[in-house]
Amino acid sequence: MQLVGVRGVSKVFANGVEALANVSLDVQAGEFLSVLGPSGCGKSTLLRLIAGLAEPTTGTIDWSDDKGRADLGFVFQEPTLMPWATALANVALPLKLRGVAKSEREARAAEALDNVGLKGFMRVWPRELSGGMKMRVSLARALVVKPRLLLMDEPFAALDEITRHRLNDDLLELWQASGVTVVFVTHSVFESVFLSQRIVVMSARPGRVSADLAVTTPYPRSQAFRTSAEYAAWCRQASSRLGEAMAA
Amino acid sequence: MIGAKVIAPIVLGILMLALWEGIVRAAGIEPYILPGPILVAKTLIADWGTLEPSLLVTLRITLEALAAAVAVGGLLAILFSLSRWVELSLFPYAIILQVTPIVAIAPLIIVWANNVELSLLICAWLVAFFPILSNTILGLRSVDPNLLDLFRLYGAGRWRTLVDLRLPAALPYFLGGLRISGGLALIGAVVAEFVAGTGGNASGLAWRILESGYQLKIPRMFAALMLISATGIVIYLLLTWLSHLLLRRWHESALPES
Repeated sequence: MQLVGVRGVSKVFANGVEALANVSLDVQAGEFLSVLGPSGCGKSTLLRLIAGLAEPTTGTIDWSDDKGRADLGFVFQEPTLMPWATALANVALPLKLRGVAKSEREARAAEALDNVGLKGFMRVWPRELSGGMKMRVSLARALVVKPRLLLMDEPFAALDEITRHRLNDDLLELWQASGVTVVFVTHSVFESVFLSQRIVVMSARPGRVSADLAVTTPYPRSQAFRTSAEYAAWCRQASSRLGEAMAA
Repeated sequence: MIGAKVIAPIVLGILMLALWEGIVRAAGIEPYILPGPILVAKTLIADWGTLEPSLLVTLRITLEALAAAVAVGGLLAILFSLSRWVELSLFPYAIILQVTPIVAIAPLIIVWANNVELSLLICAWLVAFFPILSNTILGLRSVDPNLLDLFRLYGAGRWRTLVDLRLPAALPYFLGGLRISGGLALIGAVVAEFVAGTGGNASGLAWRILESGYQLKIPRMFAALMLISATGIVIYLLLTWLSHLLLRRWHESALPES
């Protein structure tokens, strides 16, 4: 079942830069979809359009039902935490902005922190956390509203490889446990192959969809998958699609 | 290291005072040209009866002006951040007030206000409010754009965004402005009183300095001068401590150096 459809969307910025040209894309409910492309291909812009943070110049974003954007989680490239608030208050923010009572939002925020492996870090300030832990708090904040769509904008790009792998594993676990739909923007072939059921490859200037690749390896995907021949084959395939997109 | 930070300037201060006293004595300089620190200290104690009320007057004007600067500067900054039109119309006038030398407009204010203490207060406020206004505006605008998006995503209105995002983000900037304004409020209060040149019972430290000059009571002039400096230092230290107290848990400026 389709959750949201991007229909013939173009985006031209006020300065005349054409970020997206006639992009169409269906996001199926429950799927893990990666958008793979070089920097400047408009993949972040696409995410912002789906989130409603920007309006398309032409084309539409169609939701399958009236609830629309009511339940959305967004994870930015940076952790984007409020430095003056504890981890718990940061995670509880979306609930606060929606008027959820203090005791309920703190209970739910504590649970969300627990789910990302940060039990016991409720009263800690962002500056006391490592980069990976900050990103976990950011992830907990996106998941605390129990979103049906989770939009992630290169969230792990700034982390070291060991931390990134661990967060990839945990993200897949959370995705499987919650049934949330994920649209994950990345410029890493390896990351997109490891995580996704489907990879949409984009080309740059202006951004267009140039390939749509299904990664059929079943979940759970373990550490062994990372070093398997199957993984290498998928990466080779995704790489060549990306190469074609960049040559076009 | 904190020990060295406190001890080094104190040792230097004592050495300088001793050098000053030594030069005054060795060269036999008359007290009406340059009094030694010991004579200044003695005068401070002996004339405390006249100096203390003046200190309180100057202190009161300074603190009232600072409070008014916080209220007006802070509120204007918030108003500017909420409405682009208000900012575009009013900000140039705030700048005009800031760049016009206070000594030049003080006589006018004294004529208009028709009340010495009120006119001193207005002068001190005029000098003090701009750093708070401009710093707070800067802070209210220095918000992480991604956090603004997040607030928008979850349907936060202008007021919510102001209270939960813009104000906390502006706090370090506001406190930086406050520290500058604390010193400026004192300078404003003293400068305005020099221009006003008041006599009578409600006179501040600036009048005591003028008066001592007329009467060639130079040791008393030094004593009044030292009280002004000491007041400025205490205001600065208190505001620094307040800033540390409010920011120590999260802001980089309040972190211990490693």
